[in-house]
Amino acid sequence: MNSTKKKLLGTPYFIWSAIFIVVPLCMVFYYGLTDKSGAFTMENILSIATPEHSKALWLALLLSLISTVICLLLAYPLAMILCKMNVNQHSFIVLIFILPMWMNFLLRTLAWQTLLEKTGVINSILTFLHLPTLNIINTPYAIVLGMVYNFLPFMVLPIYNALSKIDVNVINAARDLGANELQVFLKVTLPLTVPGIISGITMVFIPALTTFVISNLLGGSKILLIGNVVEQEFTQASNWHLGSGLSIVLMLFIILNMVISAVFDKDGEGSVL
Amino acid sequence: MKKLFCSTLALCAALSLILTGCGSSGSGENGEVVVYNWGEYIDPETITMFEEETGIKVVYDEFETNEVMYPKVEAGATAYDVICPSDYMIQKMIDNDLLAEINFDNIPNAKNIGQQYFEQSKEFDPDNKYSVPYCFGTVGILYNKTMVDEPVDSWSILWDDKYADNILMQDSVRDAFMVALKLNGYSMNSLDENELEAAKNSLIEQKPLVQAYVIDQVRDKMIGNEAAIGVIYSGEAIYTQRENPDLEYVIPKEGTNVWIDSWVIPKNAPNKENAEKFIDFMCREDIALMNFEYITYSTPNVAAQALIEDEDIKNSKIAFPDLSQYDNLETFHYLGEEGDELYNNLWKEVKAQ
Repeated sequence: MNSTKKKLLGTPYFIWSAIFIVVPLCMVFYYGLTDKSGAFTMENILSIATPEHSKALWLALLLSLISTVICLLLAYPLAMILCKMNVNQHSFIVLIFILPMWMNFLLRTLAWQTLLEKTGVINSILTFLHLPTLNIINTPYAIVLGMVYNFLPFMVLPIYNALSKIDVNVINAARDLGANELQVFLKVTLPLTVPGIISGITMVFIPALTTFVISNLLGGSKILLIGNVVEQEFTQASNWHLGSGLSIVLMLFIILNMVISAVFDKDGEGSVL
Repeated sequence: MKKLFCSTLALCAALSLILTGCGSSGSGENGEVVVYNWGEYIDPETITMFEEETGIKVVYDEFETNEVMYPKVEAGATAYDVICPSDYMIQKMIDNDLLAEINFDNIPNAKNIGQQYFEQSKEFDPDNKYSVPYCFGTVGILYNKTMVDEPVDSWSILWDDKYADNILMQDSVRDAFMVALKLNGYSMNSLDENELEAAKNSLIEQKPLVQAYVIDQVRDKMIGNEAAIGVIYSGEAIYTQRENPDLEYVIPKEGTNVWIDSWVIPKNAPNKENAEKFIDFMCREDIALMNFEYITYSTPNVAAQALIEDEDIKNSKIAFPDLSQYDNLETFHYLGEEGDELYNNLWKEVKAQ
């Protein structure tokens, strides 16, 4: 195929990214760097330093970091188990893992609300069994739970992908040379899956950092994360300038995260599929 | 690059052709009317009836808060014909020249609306030129009789440690501050920094006791016995009582917000005549009655009030309270851009605690 044809085939993609990625980004930057009169200002971005905003950012960083660590601890063993199964079984289990994602994310989070509520499903069962009730709804714990639940598949899939690409002969060679199970894991398996881990961390950390739905629904709107601040500036305060300015600050964190992952994952090995 | 630009243009042109094509083929024989209303704020049956009787197709869209509605209308991306905002937001829209004067000659059924409601509308629409009242009500405390022993008559119960983690507050700036300002004995339209500071401190003090800040969910949570006390709109109170008889609604003695949601026509409305037909239809007594029975928000339509068959509802103190016994009721005013910003910043401080 000659290059003109290739370019032509790419046109829909270019149009798509121009309309839905480049234009919105430019608008965010325009709003973020101007005030209500349209004059240039850095105030929107610098307002991240106010106690309310920096606290919300700090809390969002903390909660998303905790969620990412929990996701990693859960996902790695799971990915290893999935990898060791034979083909028929594992496609079934992967399917089971992806199945909930066919349902709307909002609905699943709302379902957690119903489960965790004071008079919710879990507490009704606990009360019936005369066990102490679980009171985590409207606390940071519930938000972390919601983040882990929603983003776990994004951690499992890249790690699983990286694991399944490891040549069995490499591991056999390590064993031949006298390495025990732990040594094989630490010196062979783990280093070879680093791209997958990094990619998983990116894919969990970024949505967790910017979420506002999970903190609203499971935190009872009592816990203000940076995503909530941005959302409220747009929907309630109708101050698009401040909302965009804070989004730009958030973008810095996302870019930082992506730079780190690009350094570790040069060949794109850790991609999801 | 030039080629890319051309093809983009061609695509846009094609798209707009398709879209406008859809628009005209989809409308009724007498055109259409684009309505923008609160969520769950109309009996859908009345829309079908309107379409059948007039041959005008109704395009119906919903919003959750006034604050979400305003930027959409201001940006003019969608040209709405009829909108149903609340009092202070109507004032803001009038101030910013977004509303068209309504020709009341085209709305003969407006006579069904009680004169007192037009009087009250003068707070935000001084000459009654821009709005036709649709629903009204108060904001009060909904409590569960099985969980609260003492008589409830004051906002101060929302600050009682006994009910820690059993209190639901409204998750909107003005409503939350209304409660705190009234508790402190101030006007809910206050712009005095000391008064607002006091209200903010009250809200911060209250925060550890609050189970959650919610909007529409107050209803379901109170019905499900999730909380003992909640701040709620009177219209929801009737519905919740129907579902859970343990619930009781009171207007606190410190006073509260008396609000009106009214139909207005934006200046850029493409179908102003149809909009007036729609408003007129909504003012017809049988239609107002259907809507009242469906959404349970009090109707200012006195002709419809007279038609209510259930005596309990007709004489309900919640639906149609005798407001003359309170001397500290107020209606929200638009506070200007600076006022809004002040409130929003204080609210953010409360939320960040």
